[in-house]
Order: sequence, then C-alpha cells, then structure tokens
Amino acid sequence: MATGDLALGELQRATNTRERVINDFSINVATVNGSGSQSANSVLLKCIFGMGVPVSGKNLFPSNIAGLPTWYTIRASKDGYVARKRNAEVLIALNPETCRQDVLSLPTGGVAIHEESMNLQQYRDDVVCYPVPFDKITATLCPEPKLRKLVKNMVYVGVAAHLLSIDLSVVENGLRKQFAKKVKVFELNFGAVKAGYNYAAEKLTKQDPYVIERMNATKGKIIIDGNAACGMGAVFAGVTVVAWYPITPSTSVVEATTDLLKKFRVTPEGKATFAVVQAEDELAAIGMVLGAGWAGARSMTATSGPGISLMAEFAGLGYFAEIPGVIFDVQRSGPSTGMPTRTSQADILKVAFLSHGDTRHIVLLPGSVKECFEMGYQAFDLAERIQTPVFVLSDLDLGMNNWMSEQFSYPEGPLDRGKVLTAADLEKLGSFARYKDVDGDGIGWRTLPGTNHPKAGYFTRGTGHDEAAGYTERPEVYVAGMERLVRKFDNARKLVPGPVTVKDGTSKIGILAYGSSDFAIREALDQIASQYGQSVDYMRIRAYPFAHEIHDFVASHERVYVVEQDRDAQLSSLLKLDLPGDQVGKLRSILHYNGLPLDAQTVIEEFATKEGFRGISATHVEDVETREGAVAS
Amino acid sequence: MATAPAAPKVNHIGLPILEYRGGKSTLCAGCGHNAISERIIQAMWEMGVEPERVMKMSGIGCSSKSPAYFMTRSHSFNSVHGRMPSVSTGAILANHTMTTLGVSGDGDTASIGMGQFVHLLRRNLPMIYIIEDNGVYGLTKGQFSATADLGSTLKTGVVNDLPAIDTCALAIQLGATFVGRSFSGDKRQLLSMLKAAIAHKGTVMLDVISPCVTFNDHEGSTKSYKFMQDNDEPINEVDFVASFDEIEVDYESGEVYEVEMHDGSSLRLKKLQEDYDPTDKANAVRTLMEAHTNNEVLTGVFYINTQKPTFIDLLNLVDEPIGQLPDSVTRPPKSALEGLMASLQ
Repeated sequence: MATGDLALGELQRATNTRERVINDFSINVATVNGSGSQSANSVLLKCIFGMGVPVSGKNLFPSNIAGLPTWYTIRASKDGYVARKRNAEVLIALNPETCRQDVLSLPTGGVAIHEESMNLQQYRDDVVCYPVPFDKITATLCPEPKLRKLVKNMVYVGVAAHLLSIDLSVVENGLRKQFAKKVKVFELNFGAVKAGYNYAAEKLTKQDPYVIERMNATKGKIIIDGNAACGMGAVFAGVTVVAWYPITPSTSVVEATTDLLKKFRVTPEGKATFAVVQAEDELAAIGMVLGAGWAGARSMTATSGPGISLMAEFAGLGYFAEIPGVIFDVQRSGPSTGMPTRTSQADILKVAFLSHGDTRHIVLLPGSVKECFEMGYQAFDLAERIQTPVFVLSDLDLGMNNWMSEQFSYPEGPLDRGKVLTAADLEKLGSFARYKDVDGDGIGWRTLPGTNHPKAGYFTRGTGHDEAAGYTERPEVYVAGMERLVRKFDNARKLVPGPVTVKDGTSKIGILAYGSSDFAIREALDQIASQYGQSVDYMRIRAYPFAHEIHDFVASHERVYVVEQDRDAQLSSLLKLDLPGDQVGKLRSILHYNGLPLDAQTVIEEFATKEGFRGISATHVEDVETREGAVAS
Repeated sequence: MATAPAAPKVNHIGLPILEYRGGKSTLCAGCGHNAISERIIQAMWEMGVEPERVMKMSGIGCSSKSPAYFMTRSHSFNSVHGRMPSVSTGAILANHTMTTLGVSGDGDTASIGMGQFVHLLRRNLPMIYIIEDNGVYGLTKGQFSATADLGSTLKTGVVNDLPAIDTCALAIQLGATFVGRSFSGDKRQLLSMLKAAIAHKGTVMLDVISPCVTFNDHEGSTKSYKFMQDNDEPINEVDFVASFDEIEVDYESGEVYEVEMHDGSSLRLKKLQEDYDPTDKANAVRTLMEAHTNNEVLTGVFYINTQKPTFIDLLNLVDEPIGQLPDSVTRPPKSALEGLMASLQ
C-alpha cells in the first residue's frame, strides 16, 4: 500500500511550496466501457496536443461491450516520452466499482477528480481530492436522459481543463473539429465542457502541482492509431482486394482501409475499383487474398493470433506456390483466446514459420505509426517483388492507441509490381517457365490470368513442381526448388527494411528489440544513462529475415539484451537460429508479457538487476507490482 | 500419292479441339472423372471459349487433380483441401472477366470444404462449380464421404449409417442460380448442362455422379455405374442452343421450359416428369427430398434463375478486371495524402 505519512494539512502546505509539475504527468480516466467516454478522452488528449505538448493515449479495456471497467491513460511528456507510465498522477474516477483501487494506485501527492458521492479521501490522506457533482451538473444541462452519460464525459473534460490550466479556446477548437458539421452536437458538448470548467473555477481550489503549459512541440504533427496508419499505407499501395474476418484488435485496420477506399476508389459513375469482402472465417480470408494476388490484384487481410493460426495451411501454399499477399497481424495476448484486448508480441516465431513443412515468411516489424504507414505500403511492393505472402506484425498497443507522429510522406517512385510477363513479352520469348530462376535472384517470372497469349497459362499448385510448374516428385527437382526458395529468402535480407541503429559504438552492452517496445526502451536508455551512468547501444529490428547489420551489431558487443513482449523469448530464439554459433551466447532476455504495454521502468529494473546495478529497492518494486495488479485486474 | 491431311475441324473462334486438351490423366482407367474432363473439353470447344480466358480452380483429391487433364492453355490453380471457393472468390474479384470453372469432389466439398462451399453459394459468385461425386475418398483408399447414401456399403462390407448431404438441395436453398445433377456416363445430358453452365451468369452448381472404379463400383454402392444405369431418373431432357447456333428444334408448346440466357443462347428443358418448374425453389428442394425417399437419383436441371445479381454486381465493380487497373487508378494521388494529414493535425 502506497499511503504516505503526510497528513492532509501538511500535504497542502507541501504542495503549496512544491514546485509545479509542468507537462510531465499522466492522467488516468477510470470508467466503464460502453459509457461513451472514448470521445471525451480523445478530446482531452487532443487538447494537450493542441497546447503543443507531446502526448500519447492508451485505452486499457476489457473484452466486453458494456459495463466493465475501462481505463484510459493520457501521458503528457515535455521530453517526448510516449510509452506507458506505470502510474498516473491524475485520476479521473468515474467508476464506483473500481474507485477504491484506482485511488490507491495514485502516487503520494497525486490527484483524484471524482464524482462527489464517492468520498475517495477516506482511502488516501496523501492525495488531493476534487469532488465534483457530475451527475447534478449533467442533469441540469441535459434533460434528455439518453444523452446524459455522454454529456457527463464532457463535464470532466471541462473540470480537468480548468485544473490543469488547459485553455478553454483549445478545447473549443478541438470540439469544433471533432463535430465539424454537427453544430447542435458541438453546442451540447461544449456547453458541458464549460459547465465543468466553470464549476471548477468557482468551487475548486487548485492544490496540486500538475499543469499543462503551452509548448511548441506538436506543430505539424498528427495524431493517429497504428491500425488507421496501416490501412492508409495499404490504400497508398493501391490495395484492391481486401478479405477479412473481424477480430480484435485488427478490425479497425480493415475499417480504416474500407473508409479510404470508398473515398478514393469510386469512379465518377459510382463504380468501385476495389472489393472488400467480409469472409466466413480467416481460412477463407487468406484464401481470397491468395486467389486475388495470383490473379494480379494487390490484396490484403488483417487479423490477430487466432486468425493467424487458422491461416497456417494457406500461408504455406502462398510460400510454396509463390503468391503475393499482405497479412497484417495486430498481436494480442494468447495463447488461445488469451486476453483479446491486451497487447503482446508473442506471434513472431509462429508467423516467421507459419505452416507445415519448411516454410519461412517475410515479416515486417513497424515500430511507430509512421512505420505502420510506410511498411503498410512497402509490404505490397515486397510481396509482389518477392512473390510471397508478407506479414506486417503490429500489436494492440501500436494498433489501437493514439500516437503522435511526424506527418506521413507520399511513397517515392512508382509501385513495384514485380516480375510479370505481358502478352508482348511472351510473344518475344516464345515460352516461359514459371519457376525458372532466369535472373539469379531466385525469383521467377509470372503471368496473370487474362494475359491474352496462348502460352500465358500455367498450373499453380501446392504439390511438388518443376520449373515449368509441372507436377513432380523427383528428388533432385524438389531439392532444387526448395533451395531456390532459400536463395530467394536470403536475397530478401537486402530488400526488407533494415534495422534502425538508434545508438552504437558507445558501449559494450547492446539492446535489440522491435515494434512498440521502442518507446519504452528509448526512455529507459535515457534513465539508465542518468541514474547509473551507463551508456547502452540500441538497434531496432524492422524485418525478418534479419539484415546483416544485426549480425554485426551482436558481433560488436559483449552482451546484447533482447527486449520483447512475450514469455518465451521468441525474437531471441529467432535470432539464435540466424546468428553464427559463437554469437548466440551473447544474448540475454528482458521479457514483459502481462498484457499491458511495455513501460520504461520494467526495462530499467530488469536491466539493472541483470547488470547488477544497485539503487532499486525491493520494497519499491513490490509497491509498483501491487499497484499494477490494481490497474490490471 | 500422298494426300494432304484434312484440316482439323475448328470451332467458331477458329481453334481445333486439340487446343482444349490437357495432360495425360493419371486417374484410374474407367474413372468417371476422365469422362467429365472430356465433356468439359468438348463443351468449352463447342462454346468457343478462348482457353486462356479460363481459370480452372480446384481443391485436393482425385477430382481436384483433373484440371491438369484438360485445357493446358488455361490458367489453373490447384489449391488446398476444401478451400477452392475462397481462392476462386479472390481470383474472380481480381478478374471477373474470366470464365471460371472449379472442380471439386464430394469430400473436398461436403466435408472439409462445407464452410467455404455454402458461402460461395450465398454470394452467387459467377463461376461453374462441379462436384465429381463418387461418394468415397479415393486418394486415401476408399473411406465414405458425406454424399454416400444411407445404407450403401464399402467394398469391405462396412455400411454407411449416416444420411447423405444433397449438395443440390443445399445449393438451391443457399443461393446458387443454376443447379443440376448429371452422371459422368450420360454424355449428352452432361454436355448440354456444361454448355448452358458456360452461358450462365452466377453460381452454377453441378453435382456429377462419377463412379470410382477402384473403391466404389461394387454391388451395394449407390454411386456405381450399375446403380446409376438402373436408378438415374432424369427430371427433364436438357437441350442447349448456343447464340451462334442456327439449329431450330420444334417442340410442342407446353412440352418445354425454355430459359433465355444472358448471352442470347437458350436452355430448353423438355418436361419428362409432370409439370416441373425449374424456377420454383421450394418445389425443387421438395422434389429432391422426395426422390431420396424413393431411392431415385434425379438428374437434370433442378433450378435456374437468370435474374439474381451476382457477387460482382453487388460489389458494383467496374467492367475492367480490378486486379489489372493501372497504378494511376489504384494509388490515390499525393494531394489525397496531404488532405488526410491536414485532417489529423
């Protein structure tokens, strides 16, 4: 239990003299799902962004539609740290069922804005409580009972805006943008914000140190979630056939894609130049993707772990018959149904070898929303260039949460449609053999159905085949084909996005990681440098097969920590299969797999323990774990 | 003195039937599937379909191997067990201008592939879906499939104690728009049905009883040549007149149910059983169910609907194959991205 020794009077005196905490704290909005708080949370997030302060938002929600506890955390960070923070300093408590736990999870000196009836002060004398009669304020504002719960959410935005010194004009602008064409909705919502703001101004005395001050760190930046960014990437790659089966947390990839296709891919006559099909299951979704890819359309699906399992058989067909297609896997906690609304990175090993037999796949690993966009379109070029299914591995944290980002740039150069023979090419060549390695890169030339030439057709099959796609079980022909696939895959090391060297040459110790772990690791490295004076090198992996630079990075360090969000050190295992034998022993693991996004503190603690640094007391760690349990339960 | 060989007979697009042939069959001698392949070759040739405008799709099993034995000039995709419908769906979405012919088997369709099969029917995907139906798994040496009739026996004497799935009744109920059953041994009926199938726009589901000479052609089997010869009850006599044919056949009025197809050809169904109306869904299903009770194997065209929109119509696709549109159409311009970026600030 994290209660402090300070009595309330002392606390007030202490906070009065305490230095203000500017643009460096987290807000935790505790509510129930289905209460419509999402748009209010998003408004609050965008207000901080509008104040020019770097911000990130995370939704910790249950696998449920209505009535279960949900937390939304907003982190403001002048230093630009956007990873999850273990404990929020400011609580907006709206869920009576969790309010006790919620207030207990606040650090000493924290803040609780809560419904008047809750009486949270009884649980903590070392935090500042601001009781607000949300229900009463809402009732007078909104006679329509159906709308009340939505309006109530905006009241807390107003209260928080006043207490945290967020300009009302910023809130107003944000709301205007959100409800662009709906004047009445805007008026109702802004009315609620003002009521909350005014209540706070009149009845509450600021006793806590947390404030937002204008900065200029968000100009020109955007806020977007990774799934929307993936969808956008696919659309700017010219995706044409989308087949999918709904599954959390990937559904919004397809929703975003579909919205954009409807916007940009309808002819003046109202005809569609795209097809989106909600398939009967994931087996059908991937089957449609491969059928469309075979027939020349850029095609994709989006799924999560259980869907990946179902796609396994087809993934092998795609690999062996050499058919392009893009599969977005937004990872969630498994095994089995696991925790569908919690994040994880535990699919990587499965995806890398997805299917039976000797199968290997190209896996792209975006580490930011910008990379979700970029890899979202690069995946299609790679799939058609290399003629194979390409997986884009995102996760729930990256995919469903709001991230601040540089603006996305339009892809340079034309689309790479890979090696496709036209009727004119066939006329010149006389004939072609689908799987013949004529260019020495392991990639054959293909034709598309509809190519108007008598020699265009070939027989695509998952059975053993020769260069001309004919059936064979001849040992040497099978081996030659399998070895060509290895050559092709090896060449892909140079074609996939290379790793990002964040820091190198400063240390004997290195860190390797991928995906959404990046944010926490960058923050942790700063802390490790300042707390322990230890510089650590860091390389972020962006694709499998691994580029040679990754081998070099391991070779040039004494020990390398592989940080990943799974139990079984899957990335580490994949690296061990790839590295020379004498390098394997250098790898150590920092693992995080409790369903919550990785935070810097976890990395710091694990690193410090393994490196033998002192300074983190056992009691501190215990406290933190207790609080964590409270938040996650 | 040598005489010049006679020029081979060509179809109306100038191709000899040789251009529709495939590789040598590796199926057992006498397998019904080979006869079906022959009829497909003949129908495609007679209809003058350009071989390279055809996509041959299949799953896994003896039947699914057969696309290798006809129309080598066509594009072909032998996919995974029971999943031909989804691969076909993707391919047709990418290029709906092709003629698509899927070959499946009773195991590939009615057991492992049931999930995808029923959804293909629901979508009225424009393709011909043929089940080469022999009631057993051939490649794994003769286990019953889900279309094996109740009470039929394996060579080993094992009796099937589960009811058969009637894929035709299912197809009619779930949305296919051309549904029929034939027998690999009935050349004339099968050829006419295949030609009409080529002319149809929408899902054509043909269940073709195709005896397995190795595992299911014995006494006690209901999918044997003998059983079919004794129990085949055509519900109508199928005659197809292509739009380019000039043959006129006179029927007495009321004797024939005539269906005009999209391409101007006509399907004529001569009534054999009392007044059978092939546009009446409920009656079609009832007739099939009654036939099971009477141990009859009804063949012929059970149901046809030339008006129902196909999946391509529902998706409102442009006329061109969407898989082959130029990049200028498929990739939105830079201004589109700039607009999106502005809205996210």
